[in-house]
Amino acid sequence: MEPKGRVHKYFDNVDTDVIIPARYLNTSSHSELAAHCMEDIDKDFVKNVKQGDIVVAEKNFGCGSSREHAPIALQASGVSCVIACSFARIFYRNSINIGFPILECPEAATETKAGDELSVDFDTGVITNHTSGKTYQAQPFPDFMKNIFASGGLLKSIMNAK
Amino acid sequence: MGMTMTQKILAAHAGLDFVEAGQLINANLDIVLGNDITTPVAINEFEKCGANSVFSKEKIILVMDHFTPNKDIKSAQQCKRSRDFANQYGISHFYDVGTVGIEHALLPEQGLVGPGDCIIGADSHTCTYGALGAFSTGVGSTDMAAGMITGKAWFKVPTAIKVILKNKPNPYVGGKDVILHLIGKIGVDGALYQSIEYTGDGVAALSMDDRFTIANMAIEAGAKNGIFPVDEKTLEYCKDRYQGDLQVFEADADAEYTRVIEIDLAALKPTVALPHLPENTKTVQEAKGLKIDQSVIGSCTNGRISDMRLAAQILKGKRVAEGVRCIVIPATQDIYLQCLKEGLAQIFVEAGAVFSVPTCGPCMGGHMGILAEGERAVSTTNRNFVGRMGHTDSEIILSSVAVAAASALTGVITDPNDLD
Repeated sequence: MEPKGRVHKYFDNVDTDVIIPARYLNTSSHSELAAHCMEDIDKDFVKNVKQGDIVVAEKNFGCGSSREHAPIALQASGVSCVIACSFARIFYRNSINIGFPILECPEAATETKAGDELSVDFDTGVITNHTSGKTYQAQPFPDFMKNIFASGGLLKSIMNAK
Repeated sequence: MGMTMTQKILAAHAGLDFVEAGQLINANLDIVLGNDITTPVAINEFEKCGANSVFSKEKIILVMDHFTPNKDIKSAQQCKRSRDFANQYGISHFYDVGTVGIEHALLPEQGLVGPGDCIIGADSHTCTYGALGAFSTGVGSTDMAAGMITGKAWFKVPTAIKVILKNKPNPYVGGKDVILHLIGKIGVDGALYQSIEYTGDGVAALSMDDRFTIANMAIEAGAKNGIFPVDEKTLEYCKDRYQGDLQVFEADADAEYTRVIEIDLAALKPTVALPHLPENTKTVQEAKGLKIDQSVIGSCTNGRISDMRLAAQILKGKRVAEGVRCIVIPATQDIYLQCLKEGLAQIFVEAGAVFSVPTCGPCMGGHMGILAEGERAVSTTNRNFVGRMGHTDSEIILSSVAVAAASALTGVITDPNDLD
């Protein structure tokens, strides 16, 4: 997996209530959730996001509610990856479990600007900013998580192992 | 090196004698919980991967509490999907309108969770049961589905922060003030990926309801769990109630903590969190006078019987201020009934408040008290994020029941100690 895309940049403590507001949680349809992704923090996100784009944020991305609808909405919007200084733990688990790659890399997260072009190599953890020409090293995923991605999510990896 | 209380519970559930921070383990689960919002997503995943059985009919608990009684057609569909799934797999603990309460008040009350248990719930406030000395943490719907299939979940063994509670709190200071103070001190990511373990002589001064409130908001500091030692009050609470195999775990004397924080309960003041993060804490004296349009008393954080009694004590014989909407929501049917028996419901209605059936309702902007543009609420709930209770230009101030009730009477943020 080596996604490449344009950056949508946010800052600290982006909570799951703004990623997908609770008023839309009366559905689990991926496309309906994607239609309202980020709308309480960035009204133009849905209009601007393109397949493969990358969300970059700073501290504690995905804090708050455990709603898996949040990584689902981002993934269904076309976002290929989230890079942040740190993630809230439930959001982190949920993303890995649904096979949505997210990476912690404080240097890349703070130096990247909205509109930059980034690519990510998940095997090596190398993040390249094609706009600034800089590269960054994130911790690659442990084998246990690579196996979840390779299987297409936690449940498929469990069923494969059965 | 010894183990923390959390590490001991995790080790026991992973079939290991010893675990250390950072270790990846697969733990056996005593309870897997879901609600009307997270269960349908878990069912999607369950069915998509071709599963056709659950690990236990008795250890899965489905609670229809968020958008119920169904607020719209889509919410009704989500409950129906959950209900059909429960029927299909013979899941015995399915709580629907009539028996339902807010999950994190309901499970302890019904004796479904207890000391030493290892619990996951597809709801972030599942950490509440740490008050009972259980390891309990919030997860998402895929983890819930995996838990329903296998009875197991993967965890990275957490490091811990030790919080030493000292002395006794003053009147109108309780669990909510303790946890808001702590979050204000360490921040909304101050305990990220970690356990918060409470200890000290101050624990004995806190009621079980206070402890539930404190454990409930561990997630608001980013924590994996918040946990209390098991003492006489815990055992008394569990007596004639808890149906499981009660196991008491204690942290080793040489357990390692990344940080130790002392809180003098006697020095704590009624505390509030201003918009839009739970870490924006002030004492109520610093925040007093801010105008409010609504006061919400309830939720998994503060909808228990002692909360209802405290609200009634403050509202009794008085009237909610003109222009303020006061919404009182007991967390479970048992608490609702107790409010009727003790005459609390009458006190609320005579004071000009509404007294609702159990529901999560307004806490996450579901229904039963949504805010308009420019409005401000004081609320005993747990999050004050942008748009959490309604319009993106509305505001929430988090507080204790005493502050929310006192403020309902005056129409501005009020220290209950300042009431006549």
